[in-house]
Amino acid sequence: MTITTFSRFGRRLSLSAFCSLFLSLSAQAQDTSDHQYTSASIQAGSRVYVQQCALCHGPQGDTIDGVNLRRGQFRTATSDEDLARIISGGAAGGRMPAFNLRPEELNGVIAYIRAGFDPEGVAIRIGDPARGKAIYDGKGECSECHRINGVGHRTAPDLSDIGLIRTPAILQASLTNPSSTLQPINRQVRLVTRTEEVVMGRRLNEDTYSVQLIDSNEQLRSLRKSDLVSYELSSVPVHQPTSLNSDEVADLVGYLLTLRGLE
Amino acid sequence: MNTLRQLRTLFLGLCVLLFGSQALAQQEVTYERILNAQNEPQNWLTYNGSYASQRHSGLTQINRNNVDQLELKWVLQNQVFGAWQSNPIVVDGVMYLTQRPNDVIAMDPVTGRVFWVYKHTPAENARVCCGANNRGIAILGDKVYMGTLDARLIALDRINGKPLWNIAVGDVNLAYSITMAPLIVKDKVMVGVGGGEYGIRGYVVAYDADTGEEAWKFYTIPAPGEPGHNSWDDEDWEHGGAPVWITGSYDPNLNLTYWGVGNPGPDWNPYQRPGDNLYSDSVIALDADTGELKWHFQFTPNDGYDYDSVQVPVLVDREWHGQQRKLMLWANRNGYFYVLDRTNGEFLLGKPYVKVNWSSGLDATGRPIPTPQPEGMPTWPGNQGATNWYPPSYSPRTGLFYFNSWEDYATIYRAEEQQYEPGRAFLGGGFTVLTPAQGAPGVGIGRTNPVNTWTDEVGHAALLAMNPETGEPVWKFEQFDVSDGGILTTATDLLFAGGREGHFHALDARTGELLWKTSLGGQIAMAPMTYMVNGVQYVTVISGNAMATFALRGQE
Repeated sequence: MTITTFSRFGRRLSLSAFCSLFLSLSAQAQDTSDHQYTSASIQAGSRVYVQQCALCHGPQGDTIDGVNLRRGQFRTATSDEDLARIISGGAAGGRMPAFNLRPEELNGVIAYIRAGFDPEGVAIRIGDPARGKAIYDGKGECSECHRINGVGHRTAPDLSDIGLIRTPAILQASLTNPSSTLQPINRQVRLVTRTEEVVMGRRLNEDTYSVQLIDSNEQLRSLRKSDLVSYELSSVPVHQPTSLNSDEVADLVGYLLTLRGLE
Repeated sequence: MNTLRQLRTLFLGLCVLLFGSQALAQQEVTYERILNAQNEPQNWLTYNGSYASQRHSGLTQINRNNVDQLELKWVLQNQVFGAWQSNPIVVDGVMYLTQRPNDVIAMDPVTGRVFWVYKHTPAENARVCCGANNRGIAILGDKVYMGTLDARLIALDRINGKPLWNIAVGDVNLAYSITMAPLIVKDKVMVGVGGGEYGIRGYVVAYDADTGEEAWKFYTIPAPGEPGHNSWDDEDWEHGGAPVWITGSYDPNLNLTYWGVGNPGPDWNPYQRPGDNLYSDSVIALDADTGELKWHFQFTPNDGYDYDSVQVPVLVDREWHGQQRKLMLWANRNGYFYVLDRTNGEFLLGKPYVKVNWSSGLDATGRPIPTPQPEGMPTWPGNQGATNWYPPSYSPRTGLFYFNSWEDYATIYRAEEQQYEPGRAFLGGGFTVLTPAQGAPGVGIGRTNPVNTWTDEVGHAALLAMNPETGEPVWKFEQFDVSDGGILTTATDLLFAGGREGHFHALDARTGELLWKTSLGGQIAMAPMTYMVNGVQYVTVISGNAMATFALRGQE
């Protein structure tokens, strides 16, 4: 059982689980070793990047307007195939020249970009955004909790600009191993007030004396800790590691990366 | 003739009695007044309230029974943004305060109305690592003194705010700076320099307070041939940091000034500068007249964690294990609480007050036993330290030492070789804060967001009431966020303190019981202080961009 308990700040927690959904998650941890790129490829790519790309894109990949390679932000590309095409064929009306790389060099530099410029990192496959959107709207059942551009529920964080604020690696991990990426502020809470009202929801803010949250009815609530008889805080997210296969995860990550908020 | 003189003296004496505050307003602030600051608790004459730096006020109007009757009397809104760490000085009905970057404000402490503002614009190439901070002025005679971000010391006419002299204390091109409030001792004004992240060579320097002429200068890194120089390798000493950026203390009987010294440089690569790196992360005892070093005690030799020892040296005369002693109490940024004999620097006691894993303990001399963590593994306490510059308090009534600590806060350090370049950051690596999830925010250097996105899981405040005899806290008061707030205690056993959440608290100094609180909404990053004007006791504290001043309901 993975309920976090705290005795500080008025959280008097019972150890009993408040949501059976959280049970036995650790046993279901999905194999995340399915990657297209090896660490050797990433390291080889880092050398290619430094020699061929860094002159214009900079050591952090952020010196060209509208492009942040390390964070996976591109002007037009989303999938790995797009990146390969642009590197091999050039882009931006000829301002980016075509690079004649050997296939392993091309794979390596894409792997290095997808690993967030971390030579020790793990490269992330980015699939087809259109297929990813279909999964989001369909079998992924994502909008049961999440919201994009005014559509969907609000109980989980809004994803309208998630492609701007999360790296591909964290997006993938949030699907395959959500516990590893759950931001502490977003933890699920279950509160019982002195009047025996039970309030469940997602934490938005907290200080020594109060907690603010969005409850399961999508209402904003602010409660004083002195009015609570119980405050339980979960260390695991509501959703379990995804049952989507690795191609579907790649497509979904590809879709999420296109979400950049209002222009 | 003689009778006439006696009559005149009598008349002047009556005037003082009848028109006390007006007559006092004309008095100069002599060294003797600062020396005996406890005799005029209505004023706050030096950074830490007195030379012993206990931040303990003798005022008694506000007490346990009426503290819940405190109400807001006035607010001064800062016109510039950024953490506001200034300590006000109150003298005979006038308050002096600084605001970013280097403004001095003189105002009425009853209403917050401003008499004048002096503005110094620092040189454009002034460099400070951690914000355009200034922590206040010092006062002596008819002058107030401010150090500046471009490492100048300015003397102003304390009545009209006009500059009288303005001297260079350090080379701004090499990123020397001043953020501390100066210290007055006798006829001298003393300051230390910041720049520990820029490869400076630190010092404390004393000037004739009247003319600005240099009286003495003590380098915190010994030159070749001086004792302690062999704690450095090759040329490392030339850019070894060891800044002094917090106001020191003074013992008039020993005639010693005490200063906490900051980190060695480059900050995070101790392998690049082998040796103990004296007098970084030390307390130094300097003769007040000559600047001669009498003793030192180093808390963290060869520091790779940025554990500046810039805490305020708190001087206490008390019985300790059955013996009357002259003590120095010190909760260090490195996570250990120390008791030293301030006559000679002898180590008397040292105990961790938070989780510590950079060291497994202290030996009989107080020297830490180092246990550096493997690369990529977290170090407790983290880079901002288990405590830091914010002033503690000691109450001679309770015998307890109070300070804010950070619990459950760790960072992962990374060391890199770095070449010194003049005026450029000289850090030797970096660090990340330990967080419970990938990409989760770590606790930062200040609070800039009203949402606490990092939460208590990456660090939170515990105000500790430390028993100096045992090194064990007798109570603690926790907050959800961390606190960079200093402490004020009073002779009615009240303790005032805040934190980044903006809650301003009055606690029972004996038990830690919360007696009163109010939400001011912005981070509290300095100690509150108290003063009295026209028979009314005020408590004032800076929260965010506003200074809020309280007194009892019905008192005007």
